[in-house]
Amino acid sequence: MESSTTVVDEAMARGDPEQALSPGQRAWARFKGNRIGYLSLWLFSALLLLCSVAELVSNDRPLLARHGGEFFVPMLKNPSEVALGGDFYTPTRWSDPLIEEQFSKPGNWALFTFNRHSAQSTNPFADAPVPGPPAGDHWLGTDSLGRDMVARLLYGFRVSIWFAIVLTLVGTVLGVLAGAVQGYFGGRLDLSMQRLIEVWGAVPELYLLIIFASIFEPSLLLLLVLLSLWGWIGLSDYVRAEFLRNRSLEYVKAARAMGLPHPTIIARHVLPNSLAPVITFLPFRMSGAILALTSLDFLGLGVPASTPSLGELLRQGKDNLDAWWIIVPTFLLLVGTMLLLTFIGDALRDAFDTRKT
Amino acid sequence: MNSTAPPLLQVQALDVRFGRNHAVREASFHIAAGEKFALVGESGSGKSVTALALLRLVRGAQLSGSVVFDGHDLMALPEEQMRALRGARIAMVFQEPMTALNPLFTVGNQIAEVLQMHAGLEARAAHRRAIELLTRTGIADAARRADDFPHQLSGGQRQRVVIAMALACKPRLLVCDEPTTALDVTVQAQILALLDELQAEMGMALLFITHDLGLVRRFTHRVGVMERGRLVETGTTEAVFADPQHAYTKKLLASRPQRSVQPLPAQAEAQANQLLQGQGLRVEYQRRRGWWQRDVNAAVDGVDLFIRRGETLGIVGESGSGKTTLGMALLALQPLAGGDVRLGGERMDNASGPALRRLRRRMQVVFQDPFASLSPRRTVGQIVGEGLALHRPELSVAERENAVLQVLDEVGLSPRQGVEGVLQRYPHEFSGGQRQRIAIARALVVAPDLLVLDEPTSALDVSVQKQVLELLAELQRRHGLSYIFISHDLAVIRAMAHRVMVMRRGRVVEEGEAEALFAAPREAYTRELLAAALHD
Repeated sequence: MESSTTVVDEAMARGDPEQALSPGQRAWARFKGNRIGYLSLWLFSALLLLCSVAELVSNDRPLLARHGGEFFVPMLKNPSEVALGGDFYTPTRWSDPLIEEQFSKPGNWALFTFNRHSAQSTNPFADAPVPGPPAGDHWLGTDSLGRDMVARLLYGFRVSIWFAIVLTLVGTVLGVLAGAVQGYFGGRLDLSMQRLIEVWGAVPELYLLIIFASIFEPSLLLLLVLLSLWGWIGLSDYVRAEFLRNRSLEYVKAARAMGLPHPTIIARHVLPNSLAPVITFLPFRMSGAILALTSLDFLGLGVPASTPSLGELLRQGKDNLDAWWIIVPTFLLLVGTMLLLTFIGDALRDAFDTRKT
Repeated sequence: MNSTAPPLLQVQALDVRFGRNHAVREASFHIAAGEKFALVGESGSGKSVTALALLRLVRGAQLSGSVVFDGHDLMALPEEQMRALRGARIAMVFQEPMTALNPLFTVGNQIAEVLQMHAGLEARAAHRRAIELLTRTGIADAARRADDFPHQLSGGQRQRVVIAMALACKPRLLVCDEPTTALDVTVQAQILALLDELQAEMGMALLFITHDLGLVRRFTHRVGVMERGRLVETGTTEAVFADPQHAYTKKLLASRPQRSVQPLPAQAEAQANQLLQGQGLRVEYQRRRGWWQRDVNAAVDGVDLFIRRGETLGIVGESGSGKTTLGMALLALQPLAGGDVRLGGERMDNASGPALRRLRRRMQVVFQDPFASLSPRRTVGQIVGEGLALHRPELSVAERENAVLQVLDEVGLSPRQGVEGVLQRYPHEFSGGQRQRIAIARALVVAPDLLVLDEPTSALDVSVQKQVLELLAELQRRHGLSYIFISHDLAVIRAMAHRVMVMRRGRVVEEGEAEALFAAPREAYTRELLAAALHD
């Protein structure tokens, strides 16, 4: 049909060097065109990588050590103090002055990580008040139990981000499945599933979490399962709408007239053309998941207290308002992550906007 | 027009660019007061952009040249005055009346708003005048209709409302951008008659943007032909049609569909040669009304049909006549509420599994919209090869690719025809006509006996339409294919069909051999349809 806009678009597309690219490649090119979004993706990936290898960055045990002509890999297997010339058969505490003295002898050395603290390690030998302000080798100070803030943040960020990634993936897969079945087959199946979803969505999630937190030992897995049970509901609506629209398109009818079985039509023709809202929502869903875990931890309904997490740090910050070095960096990290994810999401939305050429 | 008075609209060397893209190049024309001028051309020729540029309504474009309307230079007028001029002295009517009206306001209010804004009438007077205008544009019971919302009106009525709105301030120039393209032929004829009448009565000039040559010939005084942004020829309508000067005009005039039907072999009449039979076909749509009641609406209601080998059955009808639904029912894509479909003697409507798949291979489909009928994320090789992989799994990858290349060559998409690397390319890289060829190749690759062609050329430009029709005729000749050709376009049906079925409201109004039916239609509805469509 004829309208001035399509005519112009067509003419523009004709003179475009993007010709031989697949639609996915063109979307990627448009994404790269958004500098803030692209930069955010790089920064986020770097942060993700950094926290994923947190043991190599921040650890109270050395990566490699040599003592008395023998090599140790304490990062993987911490030797007992006896093996390093100490008195006890307990695992070595590397901040112990006695151990440090051992390693100051010639021929003995230990290769430590960038930051010499782990998320759980405390230093009973240092005679400092807790929480302690940034000083010495605690660059961001210590928390209310004397644990290093840098390590705490790094490990906490890792828990949050991977929890969010897994939660997002599970929720997306469930949402796409439910939406695809509803949208493609339509009719009675669609209506009855829709009613079930409405009932399911009306279950008060927070109460359930509180109840479960009082029955079971809270753990990441339990939280993941509970949040996943409801996390897919919003997304399935979008996928359903896309499927409803796309299944009536002529190429789907042509595929049906060809005699292709339904699963093939869904996987090959409908699904790839229905994923734009799913991909666009991914970063926003991730930031939602991070916030969900953070707020549950903040309320004390989340992960066990010893697990480092951003929400737990926020709670400590709230309880120790004078210790600004707890709350300010946590806040900044949280805000920074949210911003990066939002920028990525914005860029993705633009990249998948078909109205733009 | 050789009057000495200056023309109402004088366009000199109008140039419109969108960045690198030169949409209109140095177009010059003029329209006298009270004259009907048409800009005709295919999609992408820049005719709509030209019209919008006159009103400075193209966003993001660099304009140059001069446009003098009634003594004002429209290129230099401040935006404030331009806004006062738009809608008041130059009004526009667009193609799609549904999008030109705000769905949330009654049509009466929308017309009254124009009057209040431009003519400064107070609310009550504006409403009265709106009803007068609606009456004038032929809307029955206008006083009640004025309180209707756009969705409560039919397509033709909506276009009447849009025209009433455009006429509200008695414009000197009315720009109509494909005003009847979205309408059925019989409604089209009514709208054109109305425009004609109003134009004569109000003495305004008309700028008519269209791709429909028949309409230009019947309706306008002078015509300008556009090709790729250039105005290649202007002249009085009779002169241009009788003696076209420019090669492109000649080509355009020659691209009206020619009858290219091969007579069927004599033994084709035999009953045994019937490929497809449909008996008492009925398709129902249900709509819920309240809790327990349902409205049953029969989109197809008791249709019998048969198709012989090598024959083309044209199914013609206006929108809502059920012709597309019938096609989908024959393809077993739409459940039947009654009747049965037999392909080569086998029941197709209640077949399933492998039996249905075997039947599906023999009956394929080509759709109207070349942009929606190809999956945008798959390469042409994947699109065309898909059916082959399903129905002939014994082929090796190389054999399959060969078969795909061969069928693409047959539809005119191969290096031989100047299309390189077609297998790896995506649908968006092809033009509308080429996409339609890909869709035909996808259907053809599984060697079907019967193709359902659902408006296969309606979305294409006339010159491309002609090529595609020729291709279809050629393929029919070579492979002995049968076609079910569904269209609203009588000229195309006449060019292609052996037999014709005229449908209206789900029923067959008339059926017969094409030539006989076009020469002497028996039913009043068929006569009306023919009178509206085949005027030349």
